[in-house]
Amino acid sequence: MIEIKNLTKTFHTANGDITALQDVSLTVRDGEIYGIIGLSGAGKSTLVRCMNLLERPTCGQVLVDGRDLMTMPRKELLKTRQGIGMIFQSFNLLEQRNVLKNVCYPLEIAGVPKAAANERAVELLKLVGLEDRQKAYPAQLSGGQKQRVAIARALATNPRYLLCDEATSALDPNTTQSILALLKEINEKLGVTIVVITHEMRVIDQICDRVAVIDQSRIAEEGPVSEVFTRPRSRIARELILPGNKSSVSEISGGKKIRLIYNGERSTKPVIANMILECQVHASILAADTRDIDGCTYGYTVLALPDDERQYERVIGWLNEHHNTYRVED
Amino acid sequence: MLSDIFYKLWDAGLLQLGVWETIYLTLIPTAIAYVLGLPLGVLLCITDQNGLHPIPVLNKILSVFVNIFRSIPFIILMVAMLPVAKLLVGTSIGNKAMIVTLVIAAAPYVARMVESSLKEVDAGVIEAAQAMGSSNFQIITKVLIPEAKPALIIGAVISTVTILGYSAMSATIGGTGLGQIAIVYGHQRFKDDIIWICMVLIVIIVQIIQELGMMIARKTDKRIRK
Ligand SMILES: Nc1ncnc2c1ncn2[C@@H]1O[C@H](COP(=O)(O)OP(=O)(O)OP(=O)(O)O)[C@@H](O)[C@H]1O
Ligand SMILES: [Mg+2]
Repeated sequence: MIEIKNLTKTFHTANGDITALQDVSLTVRDGEIYGIIGLSGAGKSTLVRCMNLLERPTCGQVLVDGRDLMTMPRKELLKTRQGIGMIFQSFNLLEQRNVLKNVCYPLEIAGVPKAAANERAVELLKLVGLEDRQKAYPAQLSGGQKQRVAIARALATNPRYLLCDEATSALDPNTTQSILALLKEINEKLGVTIVVITHEMRVIDQICDRVAVIDQSRIAEEGPVSEVFTRPRSRIARELILPGNKSSVSEISGGKKIRLIYNGERSTKPVIANMILECQVHASILAADTRDIDGCTYGYTVLALPDDERQYERVIGWLNEHHNTYRVED
Repeated sequence: MLSDIFYKLWDAGLLQLGVWETIYLTLIPTAIAYVLGLPLGVLLCITDQNGLHPIPVLNKILSVFVNIFRSIPFIILMVAMLPVAKLLVGTSIGNKAMIVTLVIAAAPYVARMVESSLKEVDAGVIEAAQAMGSSNFQIITKVLIPEAKPALIIGAVISTVTILGYSAMSATIGGTGLGQIAIVYGHQRFKDDIIWICMVLIVIIVQIIQELGMMIARKTDKRIRK
């Protein structure tokens, strides 16, 4: 269990103080995948770096398995860190060591004899599907492969925890999927507790059990993913989770455009189909971003109508009559 | 004409001795300068305010000390350090004394070279090593130095060539080697051809050091896709 209690972190810079975290408290339970989501600069990286004391909090407590990292002697802190793996957006592999030797690094640090370390490293490379690239150097690997090596390396010392700071942010969607699947597998098979930092809602949606939404140095909202995603209470959570209805369609030309906005109507109601049938118009969908949460729809659809004043009037009339939220685009 | 002189000097064994002494007066001081400069460079790097173990006061003191030595022209430092040589090796003449002055001049230079090479190591990699529970000593020996190896080798090549230049200058106060031949046999006896021969030989030595060093640096650098 990782417990953060009333943690505040202030950076003293030449241009004055920056409060990166303010009175943050949270608990990561054993065996779960805990997500932390927020916009850039919200303080996510700072928070996760406090969990292994790479960053020393200005005040507050960081407890790992009930032991306070802040008051620990340095030797013990280093030992504790060996039980907390960490992976990064930029992989951070040792460029002058090959894949096998990278995975051996934490074992060297932990004083594991060379032969045993090599054996363990090969085992882990099998787990991440890279046993055939042992002798390759990081420069010869793709981003996804590098992150797999980093994961193998982070797991070498059998840590109970794995901290992931934007681990998939530098990867393409397919590679992201495979890395997320690997993390899920590690969580389920090895029982490793995982903390995932991200600015992408999809990542949380796919693998996390619980999530904290962090905004402007504070936790805006926290809870099980299913709950926070179906009933986001804070403004920032709504912004991150619900599809935006701000994106512009002005570059799409021709005809009149109407943006239908869904704010949690029952998804079973076929609004567009009914409108087209009842108004007898040839509408086409230009753009859409919707999300179904708990049987309700959030998001928008942009429709293009023929350049016909009468059809247009009929549609507007119908929308008003059926209490739909819409906006005429120009 | 030039070749006649060359063969005459060669047959007398003067040039071979000059080449050998130049190499010796370059490599020995370079090696000793690294023994002192490498730890000093590491210290400069890690005590920096963004370093592994910031100690701003110590960093400032070392930095000022290094800068003072680096800002004194070698020809002046050389004569100023002769009493120090006498203190350390019991004599202020000959190659022994020259080695002392060369090391005093070169060690601060080497320290800066090492410092800048180590500072090039990606902060993210150091952070990852810290997250894995490495001690600062382990980070220095297993991360900083190995990761900076290609840059360190290139730095060593540049330092060696610089020290070779210094060693030639030491001929003015009794150092031996090609520099001495150029000055004593060439300059002082108005024989320009001897100066030219020494120059060509020095250029050849520098080229060999340069090419060999760069080749080793390239070979060791695993960041290059092969
Ligand atoms: N070492 C530092 N010195 C000064 N300010 C810092 C430092 N590290 C972070 N900050 C500041 O703290 C705030 C939070 O930064 P942090 O890196 O935690 O954000 P983040 O949520 O991880 O953002 P991103 O998604 O862009 O990575 C930012 O305003 C940042 O400028
Ligand atoms: Mg970050």
